[in-house]
Amino acid sequence: MAEFRLPKNSRPQKGARHNSDLGMKSPRRFEIYRWSPDSDDPPKIDELYVDLATCGPMVLDAIIKIKDEIDSSLTFRRSCREGICGSCAMNINGVNTLACTQPLDDLGDVVRLYPLPHMPVIKDLVPDLSHFFEQHRSIEPWLKAPEIVSNTERLQSPEDREKLDGSYECILCACCSTSCPSYWWNSDRYLGPANLLQAYRWIADSRDEETGSRLESLNDSFSLYRCHTIMNCTNACPKGLNPGKAIGEIKSMIAKNES
Amino acid sequence: MPTGNYKIQHHQHDVVVVGAGGAGLRSCLGLSEAGLSTACITKVFPTRSHTVAAQGGMSAALANMGEDDWRWHMYDTVKGSDWLGDQEAISFMCKEAPSAVIELEHYGVPFSRTDEGKIYQRAFGGMTTNFGQGQAQRTCAAADRTGHAILHTLYQQSLKHNAEFFIEYFAIDLIMEDGECRGVLAWCLETGELHVFWAGQVILGTGGYGRAYFSATSAHTCTGDGNAMALRAGLPLQDMEFVQFHPTGVYGSGCLITEGARGEGGFLTNADGERFMERYAPNAKDLASRDVVSRSMTMEIRAGRGVGRDEDHIYLHLEHLGADILAERLPGISETARIFAGVDVCKSPIPVIPTVHYNMGGIPTNIHGECIGSAFGNDTEVVPGLMAIGEAGCVSVHGANRLGSNSLLDLIVFGRASARRAVENAKTKPLAKRGNNALFEPAISRFDHMRYSDGGVSTASIRLKMQRAMQSNCAVFRNQQVLEEGVDEIEATIERLSDVGIKDRSMIWNTDLVEALELENLLSQAKVTVHSALARQESRGAHARDDFPDRDDVNWMSHTNARLNNGLVGLSYRPVVLETGTTEVETIAPKARVY
Repeated sequence: MAEFRLPKNSRPQKGARHNSDLGMKSPRRFEIYRWSPDSDDPPKIDELYVDLATCGPMVLDAIIKIKDEIDSSLTFRRSCREGICGSCAMNINGVNTLACTQPLDDLGDVVRLYPLPHMPVIKDLVPDLSHFFEQHRSIEPWLKAPEIVSNTERLQSPEDREKLDGSYECILCACCSTSCPSYWWNSDRYLGPANLLQAYRWIADSRDEETGSRLESLNDSFSLYRCHTIMNCTNACPKGLNPGKAIGEIKSMIAKNES
Repeated sequence: MPTGNYKIQHHQHDVVVVGAGGAGLRSCLGLSEAGLSTACITKVFPTRSHTVAAQGGMSAALANMGEDDWRWHMYDTVKGSDWLGDQEAISFMCKEAPSAVIELEHYGVPFSRTDEGKIYQRAFGGMTTNFGQGQAQRTCAAADRTGHAILHTLYQQSLKHNAEFFIEYFAIDLIMEDGECRGVLAWCLETGELHVFWAGQVILGTGGYGRAYFSATSAHTCTGDGNAMALRAGLPLQDMEFVQFHPTGVYGSGCLITEGARGEGGFLTNADGERFMERYAPNAKDLASRDVVSRSMTMEIRAGRGVGRDEDHIYLHLEHLGADILAERLPGISETARIFAGVDVCKSPIPVIPTVHYNMGGIPTNIHGECIGSAFGNDTEVVPGLMAIGEAGCVSVHGANRLGSNSLLDLIVFGRASARRAVENAKTKPLAKRGNNALFEPAISRFDHMRYSDGGVSTASIRLKMQRAMQSNCAVFRNQQVLEEGVDEIEATIERLSDVGIKDRSMIWNTDLVEALELENLLSQAKVTVHSALARQESRGAHARDDFPDRDDVNWMSHTNARLNNGLVGLSYRPVVLETGTTEVETIAPKARVY
């Protein structure tokens, strides 16, 4: 029988209530997933209020304010704070996105923060992405072309270069893959949207000479074809990329090769 | 005795690279290719390193968009450095530049292209043709995401060459023995274990310390951990008074808007709608050097011609470029302006303000990346076993002011050079042997002390005090009084660190502790920065003093070397290298710097 509920020790319980909204000009309620690997306790949902009148505009600003002023043990990844490094990907009110580019104003009265779904949790909002990165390695994401000894660049027309737009910009935040139900179910063998987008980035590159073998390596029933065009990936991408479309392109290239 | 009980894992390698940004990865790649046993330890996943945020491009005299010569590039860089850059290092970098960028293209970097299919190059500040005569198009670009494109490509190549990464490991301290670097103590955030990496050579590619300031384009992780480790090892940091303010940080958030925006034709205006840069730099205008533009903007604001409700910023106009050019060449900053300033760049100007961006200073090195300046006071001796590259290092190619797009170049050229030299050195060095535990026990004690700190002051409040002091007292314009206040403020802030208290005692992903250790790192760098600035009684590049408005080549054409000894800053000076190290180009003699 399939297990449709989380195991007992994974079901979040009520956590600490850190403060009240007393005296706040523009209070916003936060509910934050907390889990520590140092104890056997199940995860808890902490509750607290942040005064948006004294906070920057983004969710990350609020999370940093919470760490600075309310609970310094709150654990999350962050770095560039401008949507280019991909560190602060998390689930915010049910949607995977980057905390640093998600305006608080676009969210409702309550902000619910969870780690990216369906990944092992290391602590609080920090998921373990090692499997995701291992899959990234598995698609051999590097230029494959005979080495050239030359002091000039390989030529590429602007039109050919344009084919990389929409894929090279991926920041490996994993928002798309961890929003994909098919990836939740089959991430052991399905590569998921982010890594298929990465695969497509090299398939589409006119300088790469291994297009055939790249397509071949994806042509099994799991790596690629567990995509059922649910399109959560494209909805989730905080960079506005379209992994679903790239997957469609790969499928059609394989189909053409086979016909 | 430490309170905690620490199990240590030991590793032995030929080389340990600390940091996986552009410089660290390029170095690591060269080392892995050569078959050296190399460990790359990094506190963030490689593609999260701050190189990813570089936008405009990487300079190299490829001449894809018009005539060019690496000697012109060298002239521009020397002039940009306000004659504080070492000319041997600059000639080396500029000459190596074309091959460095071509190598990246061969690795697969998705550069934008010209109609002929060559690498697209854009105009950038201070980059000229014919020794200052015309505007050069020298900056190789992948739209306005060049750092992202390069960093991801280098990571991909590292995967190809099976480089060994230790990801989300926080470096605590260098392990030194009799003035030689023997390895690094690091902390694995995921498992909570401490690791000692014994290595024949340690290469620091740990970046800058922009987060010592309140408003910086730098990432939260830019805390200069390598610089601070060098200081704790008694080693000098060079030219720390030179902190670059980028003219166009988004007002409020500090997010970067590339200089390439002006390279593509953007311009700045004041409250009168005037293109004021025409007054300050009649030839180069908006494409003068960054220090010049940042000072001009600050003077406009001081004169009451700032824009906005508080008249405290400036407008950057891109509307006239048209939607197509913006979408093709500046898509990233169009997105940044929309998200962080609520501005549609096709319709309205971006509110901008000079924002801390880059540290010209760092650990002094020779052109092979080897650290120079011993713990015993000698300023030219090589430190055995230790190298520094990228923003952490100070070769010095940027001198008193870095030109835009010379940083990505610096990373690649000196990342590559460090690998070459380490491979050479390794031929005579056996695999590192394990040393005595006593060599790293003091570092564990420091770590443990911070882990169990239970004072009443938060890391965040001390950090804010430091950042405000640096922002007010060590900014675009400085003078004796302001800097003296800065020294006092920073000293007082450092005192407060003894009352710091953290809450999380865990060894696993304890970012409460990471931030406290980073703060300690930042404070030591802030301290040598204000002391170095106070001592330098002249104006040069990014160091502009109201009370000493002129450059003084007689007394000050020298690098500051700052050491920390029992909490006291010791300063010494080393003359600028004027020899070019090659017969292909002559020394560029100092002259007045006008744009």
